[in-house]
Amino acid sequence: MSYESLQILWFVLIAVLWIGFYFLEGFDFGVGMLLPFLGKKDEERRAIINTIGPVWDGNEVWLLTAGGATFAAFPHWYASMFSGFYLAMFLLLIGLIMRGISFEYRSKDAAPAWRQRFDWMIAIGSFISALLLGAIFANLARGVPINENMMFTGNLFTLFNPYGLLGGFTTVAVFLLHGANFLALKLEGELRERVNLFAKKLWLGASALYLILGGFTYASGFWARGIIDPGIVPISAVAALLVAGIFINKKMEGWAFILVALNIVLTQATFFSMTFPNLMLSTTDPAYSLTIYNASASQYALGVTSISALIFIPLILAYQGWTYYMFRQRISTDKKTLVY
Amino acid sequence: MDPILLSRLQFGFTTIYHWMFVPLTLGLVWYVAFFQTRYYQTGDETWRKMTKFWGKLFLINFAIGVVTGIIQEFQFGMNWSEYSRYVGDIIGAPLAIETLMAFFLESTFLGIWIFGEGRVSPKVHLVSIWLAAIGSTFSALWILLANGFMQAPPANSFIFNPDNGRLELVNFFALIGNLKGWIFFWHTISDGVAMAAFLILAVSAYHLARKQNLEFFKLSFNVAAVSGLVAGGMIFLGGHTMGQYMAEAQPMKLAAIEAIWETEQPASFSLLTIGDLTGKQEIWSFRIPYAMSFLACNNFTCEVKGVNELQAKYEQQFGLGDYIPLMVVTYWTFRIMMTFGMVMILITAFFVWTIMRGDITKAWWMKWVPWLLALPYLANASGWILTEMGRQPWIIYGLLRVEDAVSPNLTPTDLLISLIGYIVIYSALAGSMVYLMKKYAIAGPDAAMHESVDVAPAIVGSQD
Repeated sequence: MSYESLQILWFVLIAVLWIGFYFLEGFDFGVGMLLPFLGKKDEERRAIINTIGPVWDGNEVWLLTAGGATFAAFPHWYASMFSGFYLAMFLLLIGLIMRGISFEYRSKDAAPAWRQRFDWMIAIGSFISALLLGAIFANLARGVPINENMMFTGNLFTLFNPYGLLGGFTTVAVFLLHGANFLALKLEGELRERVNLFAKKLWLGASALYLILGGFTYASGFWARGIIDPGIVPISAVAALLVAGIFINKKMEGWAFILVALNIVLTQATFFSMTFPNLMLSTTDPAYSLTIYNASASQYALGVTSISALIFIPLILAYQGWTYYMFRQRISTDKKTLVY
Repeated sequence: MDPILLSRLQFGFTTIYHWMFVPLTLGLVWYVAFFQTRYYQTGDETWRKMTKFWGKLFLINFAIGVVTGIIQEFQFGMNWSEYSRYVGDIIGAPLAIETLMAFFLESTFLGIWIFGEGRVSPKVHLVSIWLAAIGSTFSALWILLANGFMQAPPANSFIFNPDNGRLELVNFFALIGNLKGWIFFWHTISDGVAMAAFLILAVSAYHLARKQNLEFFKLSFNVAAVSGLVAGGMIFLGGHTMGQYMAEAQPMKLAAIEAIWETEQPASFSLLTIGDLTGKQEIWSFRIPYAMSFLACNNFTCEVKGVNELQAKYEQQFGLGDYIPLMVVTYWTFRIMMTFGMVMILITAFFVWTIMRGDITKAWWMKWVPWLLALPYLANASGWILTEMGRQPWIIYGLLRVEDAVSPNLTPTDLLISLIGYIVIYSALAGSMVYLMKKYAIAGPDAAMHESVDVAPAIVGSQD
């Protein structure tokens, strides 16, 4: 393969990894944020955690892989973004740690204070992670100050501009909705009824924020700086989210889940097509931007990682898919069936 | 404060912490897989209990490794951006392959193992712990191959590209065929097995001394004593081989470990050397003749280069600078690692001998055994401090200095916020982890048979 096609391949693969992460971990974050509000009694909270118990860690590996693949395929992107967004990344890591450890430790002690503490850590950790991921991606779409040495020249507050915050809160809202839809498919009885009511309200909030973000993105011209026309992808993303509202109202949980998932996937796809071939757009001077050409690894290194990706990604999809099939049944609040 | 120092402190803190938990994971997962295999083969309920009990402790420990591992993956870019640019073309590949080949396997199948009992067939359940164990082990291999490159870059694996001023991979097989990395892997995996053995010995001894669940803990103790002895021997062989590679690839580290100032032939081994406070001058030393030559090259008469000669040589090669690691650290960490490693071998040998002679449950020293758990942790941490600090001032040996690798945009404030943040949250994690470990270790195998603690109210005082 030519050098350029390898660079494009890796842009696409990293996009796929992020999209996979948003789709999968998106509902984990939503479930986490909903936990203390949806679950009134201890066994209800346990049931909620058990819906994602077997899979959350595997879902998070999508993020690790996106990070590792960025390092391998576009070392300059990895270096500029991770060091540039330093404090945002730090907070994201803290959020992920709080949440991850709490899933595992929460039910291993029966003291109510212990459980209460970890439940809130799950919710807060999920919130921080979703907010920062949203802010990071909004800023990548908007562009950040980068100098001629590919170095980020802003600080933490550079990321928390209005557009970044809007991106962050929209991500939180959409993940909340995604999590509610996932729970509607996985829970039963009274909890399922309750989460269906939640979903209706969440849909309103998520749609409102999403439309503001979309309108802002369109009006600001962030849209038109790449070289690919995303075509009907963005409008389909909007449509998916809006139509999801109908199914949520009709309690057609499967379709509601699919449509919001589609919205998340298409939104991320829009982001990546808007950016291409840029990886990090410089607001200082567009000539300083990181692109798939100036930020990539060598042709040989890309070839090596391509071969390993082509071997392992189909395997991963197969066994992770099988896991979801294995744990497809609904979770009840019967204590005997709960693991966490 | 100096950003380089803060970045190093943070990397040291997060990495040593991560490595307090991961070796135990790497070792204990194989014990759990072994116990479950025995249960699958024999149907004997004791093996099932052993799977569950040690599996529970394994999971409590594993969780910390998982959450602290995310930072490990990200902090190369966050804190060492110039390193990532300079060497990402090479180091990126093993790290990406690690996630694809190892992390997915480990996390997905561990999820199936935790939640799958009764839902998947016993065979699939058994296979899932094996796949998780294989995943963990592969992740150690890939990260240690990356570390092997940083310690001793194989000359035929890379070139310097003058157009973009970075190192580029030209031969992947030379990168993964780096023997230094494989010896690290051998040494680390056997260290993990030994650490797990000592955990099992410590917990078993606690119960044996109290005459609880004698059959269960006797069996556990026996398995751990024998495997711990074997692992100890493997660690020793790996360590000895590492010494010889070090003599070849990192003579300065070797000289600094041994406090050899002037080149010696044959070289003596320092039993005790007192230096001045800078750690760069010898005041008094007691040495065993010939021993160092043996450690460095397997014969008693070879030459071992001294610090002063190497410093002069490096100044000629790389320009003026200080190429001597902090000797007080390399010297003492090596001795702690080696002494504790030896003590571990002797102790496990003694345990095996006692087991062969008769009834270990009557041993009067049993109640002291839990304290031995400190040995593998101190030996492990010392070994890594030695390996990493002994490489100073290099981040990639002979190619890139630590001071040139750090992210140039980070301010001391950024670094202080993150360092303090990590210390606070890691301390909280350690607190919860030690609490749970102790609770489940003391509660014993019957409590671990239940999936969740609150169905065993007598033990944990559940209210519901």
